[in-house]
Amino acid sequence: MVLVFAESGDGRIKKSGQEAITFGKKLATQAGTTCTTLLLGPIDAPGDAGIYGADLVVHLPHDGFTHFDSQTWSRAICEVATARNAEYVVLSHSSRGKALTGRVAIRLQAGCVSGVTELPNLSSGCLVTKGVYSGKAFASLKIATAIKVLSVMGNAIQPTKDGTAVPVEVMDLEPGKAGVTFVKTDKVEGTVPLPEAERVVSAGRGMKGPENWGIIEDLAAELGATTACSRPVADSDWRPHHEHVGQTGIAIRPNLYIAIGISGAIQHLAGVNRSKVIVVINKDPEAPFFKAADYGVVGDLFEVVPRLTKAIQDMKAAG
Amino acid sequence: MNVLVCVTKTPDTTAKIGFVEQNTRFDISGVQFIMNPYDEWYALVRALELKEAQGGKVTLISVGGADCDQVIRKGLAIGADEAVRIDVQPVDAYQVATEIATYVKANTFDIVFTGKESIESNGSEVGAMIAEILDWPFLSYASKMDMEGPTATVDLEIEGGEDTVQADVPFVISAAKGLAEQRIPNMRGIMMAKSKPLQVVPGSGVAPRTAISSYTMPKEKSAVHLVDPENMSELVRLLKEEAKVI
Ligand SMILES: Cc1cc2nc3c(=O)[nH]c(=O)nc-3n(C[C@H](O)[C@H](O)[C@H](O)COP(=O)(O)OP(=O)(O)OC[C@H]3O[C@@H](n4cnc5c(N)ncnc54)[C@H](O)[C@@H]3O)c2cc1C
Repeated sequence: MVLVFAESGDGRIKKSGQEAITFGKKLATQAGTTCTTLLLGPIDAPGDAGIYGADLVVHLPHDGFTHFDSQTWSRAICEVATARNAEYVVLSHSSRGKALTGRVAIRLQAGCVSGVTELPNLSSGCLVTKGVYSGKAFASLKIATAIKVLSVMGNAIQPTKDGTAVPVEVMDLEPGKAGVTFVKTDKVEGTVPLPEAERVVSAGRGMKGPENWGIIEDLAAELGATTACSRPVADSDWRPHHEHVGQTGIAIRPNLYIAIGISGAIQHLAGVNRSKVIVVINKDPEAPFFKAADYGVVGDLFEVVPRLTKAIQDMKAAG
Repeated sequence: MNVLVCVTKTPDTTAKIGFVEQNTRFDISGVQFIMNPYDEWYALVRALELKEAQGGKVTLISVGGADCDQVIRKGLAIGADEAVRIDVQPVDAYQVATEIATYVKANTFDIVFTGKESIESNGSEVGAMIAEILDWPFLSYASKMDMEGPTATVDLEIEGGEDTVQADVPFVISAAKGLAEQRIPNMRGIMMAKSKPLQVVPGSGVAPRTAISSYTMPKEKSAVHLVDPENMSELVRLLKEEAKVI
């Protein structure tokens, strides 16, 4: 059996959780077995995990799972995995997933691979692929243990949505005493978090100063995109640190990445070069970013960006 | 505070990545190695600040061969008091974590620091594994940390924001950007580092659970399609009809 731990928030299964379920279901089909999804804490319609591929849902609704704690959560995941003889445990390579994957692997005496980018090859053993060297290469790893723990990279798989709600087994498991005490959460309101964003509009030092970001925000709003920036921009406090993408910032793989006034240094590319489509706007035709781009515009960003925003508005108006 | 900082060596961020032996081994020729940035800039420096504020000792630990010593010496030059190298060429995170946890059990530490990930294997596994082996709390992707007595109040990076949590020592914490400001070793530090203890100890012999079977490079991008800067409706059309991303 494949056990998927799907993350939820605000009573719903998160996008990263949906991706993990679809991944788990496809893996289960390959392995000739079924996919059980585990949900922790309060959630409105747990059976909806079936929409993304789950065959069965195990739900531990205890209030003690409202706030995250890697110790108690990994214990709960492993208890369910062991009781139901899971051969694979699938998690998301998200902030929570990163705190859980290693713990779960130790508890289950399992080999683990985190940040998996495609379905494993099961033709001889279990061969799993992930990005290494910050996106500059991929590695295929063999897992030698009977139980295998995998965490799925964000946007590595599209969640399928053609299933229907499935039965839910509710278990009355108490989390026990958490290792960490929750104080508060601060979230940037209104936008999709960068790691989950399908479209990203990113800008660099070519912007000259923070006062010029209005055109970036306008373009992002028109596209329903999340904004990002290069490292020097965050380091100079032109933009908040959580927008910093690259090797030493957040690694992302949206469907569309628009880079504006960013030179395309190797450390920047490392965090963004797995984006599906890259558009580069830069006045320097020699900017290294053009080598990594699908579409390029050589021009002054202060003229090109408002023009692009207008063109999108026109397209929308035309239907 | 008795603090252990886990450090590893990684290729320099500008290193050309390539592979040898039928793509089964990383090609080290011409590659400069550095201390993993998250270990050096954030984990080590925050550990040093804790010691400066409340006394104690900062110990570096690295699992690897003698080729790690240069990186360890740099950590000593930045200010760590002493270092331990477990003399094993590790194959996976499980081996690294097991060796480090074994060392922690045999000694006494209040806090174990790691970087949030290595820029080489991008796993974020070692810290979580050490925490589980020791049955300690784990504070993952910490961007801010205040200590008051035995209690740490920590901001943790989450998707689109941060969580603030508290934990008492002992715990494992992984360092993200913001936790501290990078320090450049000075001449005095570099001189002193030469005489600081670097103890080399044999490994426990634990076997890895995963192994890399081969590497591949990402597909080469085809040449960029340049669009006239005057004609942004053409770019919009391409994104909509050709790339199908808007
Ligand atoms: C260890 C290490 C880690 C690093 N990690 C990261 C990381 O994670 N992320 C990251 O981004 N960087 C990282 N860097 C820094 C990286 O090397 C580059 O310095 C940085 O990415 C450059 O940022 P930039 O492209 O915004 O600025 P610049 O390199 O200054 O480029 C600005 C660009 O804007 C263009 N431009 C200027 N004016 C206009 C205009 N009017 N119209 C159009 N284009 C214009 C210029 O032609 C130029 O290409 C790291 C560096 C090191 C050493």
